[in-house]
Amino acid sequence: MRWCIPALENRNVLEVTNLKKSYPGPQGQLPVLDGVSLQLDAGRSLALMGESGSGKSTLLHLVAGLDQPDSGAVHVAGRSLAGLDESARAAFRRDQVAVIFQQFNLIPSLRVVDNLAFQARLAGRIDDQWLGWLAQRLGLSALLQRYPEQLSGGQQQRVAVGRALAVRPPLVLADEPTGNLDEGSADEVMALLLELVQEAGSSLLMVTHSASLAARLDRQVMLKSGRVHGSDL
Amino acid sequence: MIRHWGWVLHTLLSHWRRHPLQAGCLLVGLWLATALWTGVQALNSQARESYDRAAELFTGSAQTALVDPAGQPFSQQYFITLRRAGWPVSPMLSGTVELVGVEGTRRLQLTGIEPLTLPGEGTIATQAGDQSQLQAFMLAPGLTWIAGDTLSELGLAAGDTPVLASGEQLPPLHVVDTLPPGMLLVDIGQAQRLLEQTEKLTQLVVAAGFAADLPPLPESVSLVWETRGEDDLVRLTDSFHLNLTALGLLAFVVGLFIVHAAANLAMEQRRGLLQTLRACGVSLKTLLAVLLFELLILALLGGSLGVLSGFALAALLVGDLAASLRGLYGAQVAGQLSLDALWWLTGLGMSLLGTLIAGGGSVLAAMRLPVLAWARPQAWREAQGRMIKRQTVLGVLLLLVAGGLIFWGDSLLAGFGLLACLLLGAAWLLPLCLQAILRVAQLRRGGPVRQWFWADSQQQLSGLSVALMALLLALAANIGVGSMTEGFRQTFTGWLDQRLAADIYVRPLDSQQADVIEKWLNHQPQVHAQLPSWQLDTRVGGWPTQLSGVIDHPLYADTWPLLENAPDPWPQLVAGTGTMVSEQLAYRLDLAVGDTLMLDTPAGVWPLNVLGRYADYGNPKGQMLVSAAGLQQRWPDLPLTSIGILTEPAAAPRIASDLRTEFDLGDSRVIDQAALKAYSQQIFEQTFSATAALNTLTLGVAAVALFTSLLGLADSRLSQLAPLWAMGLRPGQLALLSLAQMLVLAALTCALAIPLGLALAWCLVEVVNVQAFGWRLPWHWFPRQWLLLVLLALAAVLLASIGPAWRIMRTGPARLLRSFTHGA
Repeated sequence: MRWCIPALENRNVLEVTNLKKSYPGPQGQLPVLDGVSLQLDAGRSLALMGESGSGKSTLLHLVAGLDQPDSGAVHVAGRSLAGLDESARAAFRRDQVAVIFQQFNLIPSLRVVDNLAFQARLAGRIDDQWLGWLAQRLGLSALLQRYPEQLSGGQQQRVAVGRALAVRPPLVLADEPTGNLDEGSADEVMALLLELVQEAGSSLLMVTHSASLAARLDRQVMLKSGRVHGSDL
Repeated sequence: MIRHWGWVLHTLLSHWRRHPLQAGCLLVGLWLATALWTGVQALNSQARESYDRAAELFTGSAQTALVDPAGQPFSQQYFITLRRAGWPVSPMLSGTVELVGVEGTRRLQLTGIEPLTLPGEGTIATQAGDQSQLQAFMLAPGLTWIAGDTLSELGLAAGDTPVLASGEQLPPLHVVDTLPPGMLLVDIGQAQRLLEQTEKLTQLVVAAGFAADLPPLPESVSLVWETRGEDDLVRLTDSFHLNLTALGLLAFVVGLFIVHAAANLAMEQRRGLLQTLRACGVSLKTLLAVLLFELLILALLGGSLGVLSGFALAALLVGDLAASLRGLYGAQVAGQLSLDALWWLTGLGMSLLGTLIAGGGSVLAAMRLPVLAWARPQAWREAQGRMIKRQTVLGVLLLLVAGGLIFWGDSLLAGFGLLACLLLGAAWLLPLCLQAILRVAQLRRGGPVRQWFWADSQQQLSGLSVALMALLLALAANIGVGSMTEGFRQTFTGWLDQRLAADIYVRPLDSQQADVIEKWLNHQPQVHAQLPSWQLDTRVGGWPTQLSGVIDHPLYADTWPLLENAPDPWPQLVAGTGTMVSEQLAYRLDLAVGDTLMLDTPAGVWPLNVLGRYADYGNPKGQMLVSAAGLQQRWPDLPLTSIGILTEPAAAPRIASDLRTEFDLGDSRVIDQAALKAYSQQIFEQTFSATAALNTLTLGVAAVALFTSLLGLADSRLSQLAPLWAMGLRPGQLALLSLAQMLVLAALTCALAIPLGLALAWCLVEVVNVQAFGWRLPWHWFPRQWLLLVLLALAAVLLASIGPAWRIMRTGPARLLRSFTHGA
């Protein structure tokens, strides 16, 4: 079973150009990203690596439209994020990307089934067949009526993966998705994530500390002091 | 779009489903706030509706009539003379009758009218327009028109012919709903018979258009124009209702503190959820709109419950209120509630407004944060810290405004403004004060647990500050209002003892009977002295005032409670050159001892030196003591009003009883001192019963606010306590430490509430009372009462804290461990 997005085949799904971002610090502005450029082809995956404070998560947030750069450009699926107002950025997040957080960020008051369908419902792209398949593939079929707090960490992250892929976005963004999991659960979640991203026809940009996890993705980029230090390691 | 909104709303509401207790607390806050506010408004609205009915009855809104200059009944010949001269006047006779009912004797106002000549502006003229009704009203046996609410209050039915205390029988009762409560309306002839005032009238109502220019009266008619700019009853009772409104508003504000605490907590707990919603593509505008819509739903739910309960509360208190207003002002207020749609809608509107004020702040604060900061507790705390700083600045500003109002405020509204600024300013400064005290406590050396205790108490402040503010306000209000009430009670009791120096008071039916009674009393060996007095209702400087003529007797100099006086005042008063004025009249007319008052009388202007000022608590009208001889000289037809009788103490009951039987006088005309005191004190208690009920409820509301906050904080509290548990403290110890923290915070709040309560009492006694009623109370201290209130507040806090502490104590290792694994 494969659901892909043919229009994006063989095109850049993500194009970041000379991106700069700084935050106010005790001694003035603290540069976090200092002219980062990178591309990601449709249907491919890219691991973003680097030490703490190297700007990985900031880059992910800028790509997701959760924050705005000081300068530079971000294009996702051919669309520039520059100049989008808050509502347009919200619509972009709803339709074009899906974010998987390290802390899962599930909605504690909703059951698993509603958490899974949440973003797809917001985007108006609910597909029950695809959702059912995802739940089954993620091993969540028996847990659909439970609340997040009744699940283990690995199960919660699988719900988060399912929620991101239910909307079948062109680009999936994952911020240390296995950072809170034990080794066994991390392997399991990672394998599912890669498989399902491919099934959905999406691309994946993942922030990770782990070289072994990064090695499972198509490309790797290292960030150091806010700059791309080396790519395709 | 609608589906999109629906999903966001569904998600937000799902939080309440998972936290039903939190939802319950928020609704309880709204419910209590709305109930207390709407309850008070219902009472006020009921009273105002009654006054309006009375004001509109005969002449519409304009109140112009011809009356006797001494306020006495006059000959109906004047009516005939004026009608013959073409004047559109209508005769009226009013008096009080006592109706013997199932629940004892009830005093009602009986008014006789002549419907054919009534001006067309009044509501009763419209009623009289119906021919068949008019005939039944005027022709024998006639009808007694009565309002439906009064009829059911008296336990009577239409068609009944009740008997008066005088033995006379009323014509059959007939319900007319436009009549004000407590009034009986009959044909003028019937009224003259029932009030034993043959061929007498008390006023001539004049059509408003004709009376506009106050044309000069024919010389043979010795009546005067009486024009009232506003209805006297409304004017006299305004302060009473304003005080009630202020109390209702205070309860509303304290209730809103609960809403604020619960709404804030819900926002804090939903930080992650809100961030996830934003990350999933919900725009800021949508989120704001849906959050406000959620508040609207909650406001409507809590508000509806509150409005219903407010109605029930008002129904419970309206009887006491009606009795108070009747006793204090002679105002007749229906003892049953009938409220219009506007009242219900206003109640819901207040609930909505209150919810927006209490909950909207946290929504807006969240909206201002960058999306990525939402889930960071530190960012949230920083935002709250900024809010506390702003509140502190605002608190200082409000206290400065309060200081300004003390010096420059000169109205009742300014008085209430002062109270509001003082209370809110102090409440907003509370977190800062508590933090400073806790920081000092932390400086003391001690073990690690002690150090943690004080440091953690400071950290708890941000979550509990709103509830502690509610406690501060409620306790300060209780101390302030309690001090004022208790001070009033003591002063009033002492003052009654002085003022009611005579053992028996007799009100003769007329001057002839007064003469006979005086002669009879002269022959009673146990009667030591008689103090006849002549009273006259008039207006001085536009203010309703009673002139009281007293004779030369040393008892006045010995017992009359003077607040301030010129040297040796009584001989000057008896000589007719001076007067003593009541405190409220002196305040209203800005009179001081030594001033000269020019009193208009039928015999010309009477110049009177102000010789003294005396307390006359509870009397909404002004009062002046003048020489009886001087009064009679200027109002020769004035009948003797009452005789105070000094007797041997043991003989008083027998003499009172003899007076009743000998002269066929009812209980209301022969009153012994004890009965009069008991009656006055009963009115006093009734007046403050609503205040006391609202006060106690306010303290209860504050306890609920604390309970809400503690309950809401319970989850995050576990993660703060888990490290201590891991380091060797037992859950029982942690629970006790938490309980002790709450008690310390509450005790500190109570300690700050005492000076605030005293400041409030000072404002009430020195500013609000003076502005509202015109009299000032002597200052009293009640440390025992404060101690009791503080203990009551601490007991309420203990009750509110015991549940959450119990939860901590019962927390098992699994739950505590989860705090570590889930990383809070």
